[in-house]
Amino acid sequence: MEPSELDTIIAAHAGRKGALLPILHAIQQAFGCIDPAAEKAVALALNLSRAEVHGVVSFYHDFTQTHDPRPVVELCRAEACKARGVEALVPAAQAAAGERVNLKEVYCLGLCAMGPSARIGGQIYAGLDEAELVRLVKLA
Amino acid sequence: MIVVRISDDAQAVALGADALAAAFEQAGCMVERTSSWGMHWLEPLVEIDGMGFGPARADDVAAILDGASAKAIGRIAEHPFIAGQQRLTFARAGKTRPLNLDDYAATGGWAALSRARTMVCADVVAEVIESGLRGRGGAGFPAGIKWRTVMEAPGTEKYIVCNADEGDSGTFADRMLMEGDPFQLIEGMAIAAHAVGAGQGYIYVRSEYPHAIAKLNAAIALAWQHIAPFQLEVRVGAGAYVCGEETSLLNSIEGKRGEVRAKPPLPALEGLFGKPTVVNNVLTLAAIPHIMAEGGSGLYAQLGIERSKGTMPIQLAGNIKHGGLYETAFGITLDALVNQIGGGTVSGRPIKAVQVGGPLGAYIHPSQFHLPFDYEAYTLADALIGHGGITVFDDSADMGAMARFAFQFCAAESCGKCTPCRIGSTRGVELIDRIRAGGKVHADAVEALPQMHNARKVGRSKAEELALLDDLMEAMQFGSLCALGGFTPYPVRSALKHWPEDFS
Repeated sequence: MEPSELDTIIAAHAGRKGALLPILHAIQQAFGCIDPAAEKAVALALNLSRAEVHGVVSFYHDFTQTHDPRPVVELCRAEACKARGVEALVPAAQAAAGERVNLKEVYCLGLCAMGPSARIGGQIYAGLDEAELVRLVKLA
Repeated sequence: MIVVRISDDAQAVALGADALAAAFEQAGCMVERTSSWGMHWLEPLVEIDGMGFGPARADDVAAILDGASAKAIGRIAEHPFIAGQQRLTFARAGKTRPLNLDDYAATGGWAALSRARTMVCADVVAEVIESGLRGRGGAGFPAGIKWRTVMEAPGTEKYIVCNADEGDSGTFADRMLMEGDPFQLIEGMAIAAHAVGAGQGYIYVRSEYPHAIAKLNAAIALAWQHIAPFQLEVRVGAGAYVCGEETSLLNSIEGKRGEVRAKPPLPALEGLFGKPTVVNNVLTLAAIPHIMAEGGSGLYAQLGIERSKGTMPIQLAGNIKHGGLYETAFGITLDALVNQIGGGTVSGRPIKAVQVGGPLGAYIHPSQFHLPFDYEAYTLADALIGHGGITVFDDSADMGAMARFAFQFCAAESCGKCTPCRIGSTRGVELIDRIRAGGKVHADAVEALPQMHNARKVGRSKAEELALLDDLMEAMQFGSLCALGGFTPYPVRSALKHWPEDFS
């Protein structure tokens, strides 16, 4: 039997010290989530309990337990972006996102001198005003 | 052919540097992607023969090449923002291509590592102690003392861990260093490994920094022969702010929940995988090559004031006209940083507050702008310099809302291990809401239950709520395991003290 994609991912990292986070990142990237079946497979491979794996998955913001197929727009709402008026852009961005786009807040993209900033897919944007943010959300 | 230099730093890219570079290539120029000079309000900044143009867009290309652009800023190295700095850690900023080994070697790269490797461990550690370098992550612990503890710890399995989980809002120096001069960080870590006898190093980078992760991985692949037998690996965080705390960072690398560990044992004795471990911030390790250059430690110790030696890469952020990276010796005042160098707010309105040191740092009132940038001076003023981030707010800021946000952020990011932080943060949000509503009129449903003998059966006045908030913050400050719960009271207390009118 061919090894599944999940098995391949686990095997690629299993020999590393502290392999759990690299494995979970790879699973999240490949499947968009880490579901109970994946948790079970990881636990088995690393000789951990399922509770231990689930504890780690649920601790970190980057890992999700169900797959959300919507496009993601991450808008920075930390202090430096607040100081540059990001909160005033939020209602318009939410209206543009509606149910179609997953508008998430993040705390700091490290672009703090030129906020408000956002990340969409692999792209980062800074110096956003309302019109530009709404345009990006609609394009997402 | 005209050589055009444009940064590939994430800040420049976020403002359109890639499209600009493509436009110059289209116009027949040779484009070199360099690190950023750190003048973020001018990004994307174009450099041709030392002359700068910014912020440039694709439709400025023709005018820039004709020498007729209104975006000309003159010679970049002579710009007051650059000329006024004392750049040691960021000496290469804007000048070299981040992943070019020739550029690195031509600007003094690897000299410090070669020199350190001719010395015995104890002499390397002695020079780092002599330089007075203190940890740049926020706590300010003397780096050399930490190294000495690890060096003297028994055992052959030791680790160097670089804390690159730069989660504080208003800070970006780690990101700039990793993206702009990754070899310097790698060299600093290799020197640390030689000094303490470590064979393996990890750089723990937050997942919000994909550009830095890519640059570091590429740089390690290019430089492995220079640092061998020392091995280096990048580990990626997973969105937990608390993993910037060193013990929770170690748990995260080990593949556990990023929960804080109680100290002792110190990580220097029982750190990663239970072995002696140096955990240093990016800026601490990146300062090492300069310090370990011939005569570098003595020079470093001459800079700065009191017990704060050397230079600090300060990050000017938020509502500021001239935001970016400003590296200078300790001792500079906030007034000089924010008003003179930073040029005041970008909105043109008066400054209301500046937050120094990230989300856990105090809000500083303009009446305190004479404070010198110095660990102890800030501590005395109930503030902290943290990682050197300065976030400016204009008079439209609602400090009551910012105080509420401090608790809200702590609640969202608490690791949950200790009670003052886990529960206190949520109670703090509720208290601020009640204070802003003028106090609580009635006891709530739980308080009203007959078995709640000690609970108040009538509401509380605003003054009573404020006293309760003070109690809560004392419990958090002195009862929390780490700085997340322990320092959250700083922004709240400072906001309450200086802007009480924003709490009604």
